[in-house]
Amino acid sequence: MERTLADTIREITREHLEKNNGLLLGQAISAVGWVNNTVPPDCSGIIELPMADVAGPGIAVGAAVVGRRPILVIRFQDFIFLNSSLVINYAAKAKDVFGQVVPIFVRAIADEGKGLGPVHSACLHSIFMHMPGMRVCAPMTPEEYEETWAVFMANDDPMYVSEHRRSFGQKGEMPDIVIDNADITIFSISAARFSTLEAVEIVKQDGIRCNVIHLMWLKPFTLSSRLLEPLESSGRGLVVDSDFAICGAAQSIAYELMTASGLPVKALGREDRSSGAAHHLEVGTPSSLKIAQAIKDIVKIGKKVRT
Amino acid sequence: MSLATLGEIPNLAESFSAEESLEMFRRMCLTRYFEMRLIKAYKDGLIKVPIYLSIGQESISAAVATMISGYYIFAQHRAHSVYLAFGGNPVKLIDELLGLPTGCSAGMGGSPSIQDPDIKMIGHHGLIGENVPLAVGAALGAPDAGVVSFFGDAAAEEDYVFASMGFALTHKLKVLFVCEDNNLSILTPKSDRRSWEIADATRSIGMPTADIGDDPWLIAHYTRQFSSNLPAFLNCRTCRHHWHVGTGIDNPPEWDRFTLVKEQLDAFGLSSRADKIEAETKQYVENLWNERLPILSGK
Repeated sequence: MERTLADTIREITREHLEKNNGLLLGQAISAVGWVNNTVPPDCSGIIELPMADVAGPGIAVGAAVVGRRPILVIRFQDFIFLNSSLVINYAAKAKDVFGQVVPIFVRAIADEGKGLGPVHSACLHSIFMHMPGMRVCAPMTPEEYEETWAVFMANDDPMYVSEHRRSFGQKGEMPDIVIDNADITIFSISAARFSTLEAVEIVKQDGIRCNVIHLMWLKPFTLSSRLLEPLESSGRGLVVDSDFAICGAAQSIAYELMTASGLPVKALGREDRSSGAAHHLEVGTPSSLKIAQAIKDIVKIGKKVRT
Repeated sequence: MSLATLGEIPNLAESFSAEESLEMFRRMCLTRYFEMRLIKAYKDGLIKVPIYLSIGQESISAAVATMISGYYIFAQHRAHSVYLAFGGNPVKLIDELLGLPTGCSAGMGGSPSIQDPDIKMIGHHGLIGENVPLAVGAALGAPDAGVVSFFGDAAAEEDYVFASMGFALTHKLKVLFVCEDNNLSILTPKSDRRSWEIADATRSIGMPTADIGDDPWLIAHYTRQFSSNLPAFLNCRTCRHHWHVGTGIDNPPEWDRFTLVKEQLDAFGLSSRADKIEAETKQYVENLWNERLPILSGK
């Protein structure tokens, strides 16, 4: 049976706990489902944290100081505000201030679309891009997660891994789509990558041709030819993210792409309002329809050629 | 009853050897005279960063450091005393206060964020009490090592401090928690901030606890007793002489433990040895400062 992303996370974790003397810490880890089947049950090195949202992650950071390379599980990304003081203020800064490396792997899990309401449905990697000292990424496939883990183990930096429950069942990879005579290049992040692929099918019916570039690494962010060549040939861009649009990854990366290419690149992210429980009041990743509309609006403004 | 004598055990000091008593005093002298010279440099305008002085509180880390060794040390912003008492490199501390790249934190930390890997003293970033969950995490991650965590009575109010102590108790982690309880948060007394004592909270969850004055023999006694039964908590009532930050003084301290310890050593007939230690330590730190200060003017 083809493995899912959840299987991949679980097996990476099992190996870390059983062979690397690693630790995994989090709240309610052993509760129903072992965090969506991403944690191997009954391994040694799993620490159930008390419901102490500041102390718990601080304890994980302390374990990182003495070299245990802990995995810290944050079951809902909204919890990250209380949970991140020692991650942002210590783990991310100690290398600059003290030369003290604090490699901690923060699994921050986003969710949406299940009536989760205002404080269990966000995706918040952008604030971690804003602060110095952390690597930030949003792997959505098994191989991307393996790459994420390999980078974590090969370096000493703390890492913010923006996960999304929509991806846990993902099997197989999500290669970039680069086609001839594309009208636009869409750069997608987190669960917005799934919505973008749906949107591309929708606008195809209007004869709009899209490149799709999947962005897993958010920080450090590299403006490679992989990103710029499709943008330059299509003449327009759109960055789509599951996080909020304002001051978010989408706007920041759109700015980088625009500055580097001289081409118009728009940004689309989560709406600037609180999410409600009722379906019609929920806020989440831009829907495929919304992304499709954004694509049509941008294509309408005409193709600009880089001069 | 003055808090200076809180928890007193009669004739306790006599049970320590002269060497142990004088060693604690030597470590107290190191901080006292290091900081007195620092104050002069500060007033001469040679120190450009905010400084957090330990004077008045020296006995606590001096006593703990004399009794334990090899522990990871997680202190906080007022930690010159911890650094020096545990044998941190004083030249690197001077250089840090001068903002030099040869400082213990290469100039990034200043007075409140100091470290010394040689004594396993882990740097503190400057948020009070966050060193406590860090210390507990280190004990979780390195269960064979001992860990000591110093914090103040204001940090003790941070919600994550008690939660971390509870975690240490749950997992039977080898952490000695030491609160340098000077009764002040900046200048706000404890009575204006809360109606409870952290020692009562730790007792209530079954953690070995001593709420005592800053008598170094008493602190040494409990450190020795607790070190084989960690985690445990020592709350030490003490008197900070200077402002929270800087060299200002409002009122004379209610007591000066340094003077009281000298009187005790005198009563033990150790005054000539104590005087010699005091004079030598004073000269030692004076020489260090005099060697480093000219660097500022490029001489």
